Amino acid sequence: MSEPRHDLPALALAVREHVVHMATRGGCFIGASLSCADLLVHLYTRVLDVTPERLSDPDRDYLFLSKGHDVPALYATLAELGYIERGRLAQHLSPHDSIYWHPNRAVPGVEFHSGSLGHLLAVGLGVALDIKLRGGKNRVFVLLGDGELDEGSIWEACLVAAAYHLDNLVAVVDRNDFQANVRTEELIPLEPLPFKFQSFGWSCRTVDGHDFAALATAFENLPYAQGRPSVVIARTVRGKGIPSIERRADRWFADFTAAEVEALLGELRGEAAATLETEGLVVR
Amino acid sequence: MKYEDVLRSEALRREEVIVLTAENRAPIRHLPPSLGLRFIDVGICEQTMIGAAAGLALRGRVPVAHALASFLTMRAFEFIRTDLGIARLPVKLVGYVPGFLSEANGPTHQAIEDVALMRGIPSMRVVCPADEDELAEALPALLDDPCPCYIRYNHLAPAVAHRAPFVLGRAEVLSEGDRVALLTYGFLLREAAAAARLLEQQGVPVRLVNLRTLAPADEAEIVASARGTGLLVTIEDHFATGGLYSLVAEVLLRHGVRARVHPIHLGDRWFTPALLPDVLETERFSGIHLAARVLAALEAP
Repeated sequence: MSEPRHDLPALALAVREHVVHMATRGGCFIGASLSCADLLVHLYTRVLDVTPERLSDPDRDYLFLSKGHDVPALYATLAELGYIERGRLAQHLSPHDSIYWHPNRAVPGVEFHSGSLGHLLAVGLGVALDIKLRGGKNRVFVLLGDGELDEGSIWEACLVAAAYHLDNLVAVVDRNDFQANVRTEELIPLEPLPFKFQSFGWSCRTVDGHDFAALATAFENLPYAQGRPSVVIARTVRGKGIPSIERRADRWFADFTAAEVEALLGELRGEAAATLETEGLVVR
Repeated sequence: MKYEDVLRSEALRREEVIVLTAENRAPIRHLPPSLGLRFIDVGICEQTMIGAAAGLALRGRVPVAHALASFLTMRAFEFIRTDLGIARLPVKLVGYVPGFLSEANGPTHQAIEDVALMRGIPSMRVVCPADEDELAEALPALLDDPCPCYIRYNHLAPAVAHRAPFVLGRAEVLSEGDRVALLTYGFLLREAAAAARLLEQQGVPVRLVNLRTLAPADEAEIVASARGTGLLVTIEDHFATGGLYSLVAEVLLRHGVRARVHPIHLGDRWFTPALLPDVLETERFSGIHLAARVLAALEAP
């Protein structure tokens, strides 16, 4: 585990502030970035055996961001923990840097590119297989979106991971209840989701994805069963931390004005709700 | 004219039209209330959408299936080729944010081999409208056509004042200069038209051609452009392989025509992700850059 011990709520707030700053001048996928911010902060400070100096170490823990559109939260976490310069976040969408709407593995800390959904559980499976083949003890975490679970490739990877007894593979589902534009249960229902994973041979826990104490318990006991891959279903809120955009179908992607960004930052710190004039978007 | 409005009116007029999407709502966000059960969102699963479209087509429907261009043409490619191509089913594929229109999404979302892939399927139509007006005008004809079709969706404002009505397989000739022919498709017509104006100002007569459909291609116009000018320039937001440059080479060879051809494309690399004006500037596809690149090609020995 990484040292020193971080103040997780303070770190998560800093990450969310960075995300809001990226939601202008072209914008970003703010809703999903805010729903997984606590998960990423927790994983990088309390769970993953990795540091900025060990990004080439084959014995590090891996984290693959399969739902790539939430990369602002990952870049912000990497910036706060010293993997990349904080100033780089201001280069978001600049043609002169390489920080854009989906993960770029040229950025230190990004294990693989993503953006096309349903790819990285298979890629993570391959890494986990090789770790097993070489007798390694490190683990592979793959952060999935719940909308992403529509993709058939996810379930193919689930079958294969169970067949190969990959108990070093951990899927983490950011269960914010939304597809891009609509609620998952209103479009392609996923529940009972734990049962689906269990019936594919995975062991499963459900946890409050914004409760650091609960996350600590959930991630301390991996794998949940010897010889089986594990899945953590983290119940989260899309847009978490900013009530005026929480659970809003039309605030998935946002390109706010500078004044709106300031108001949203205030709301994030507990001030009055922001007044938003920018039209909500349906992007995907 | 809005694509969405024409699709709605066509669907209301013709019971066989079914609108499908793999949760790509942006181009059709207002259709669910009007179409009811004939609007089907399968969630984020492109392969299943194509298989389902084939099944619907077997029952006499004309499905219009929407997804991001890269995931539609590549993730579901074998389903398109096998279920739609082999059976020659009249499913219409609408690829959202193709080419440069994916802006800052990055390489995962850059459909810049889509024309090559779709053109490689026998019977597949490949339609690349220059703007939303052209797309909307083309849609009824595409729904009437008995073949599968891939449409490079384009929501941008009119690129030029169009001169010719849309006809499947026919190019639109916008000017008839004899020094250089600019051949392009999709929204880049806007930039090519700007380049043509700059070239004309510098005394270079330009034949400006909006290809519109890359399959079937307007072979007669490609040959006429080659015979009627001293240089053909192909302009496309696509890899070198399989797009317009390849098409022109195939056509000239087939007709035994020798011509100078200067390709402007992305070569073999993905483009720098950024907002569209920055992409055009960085990749040197703005009208000013295109004019300079054409002049350089004209002056080359």
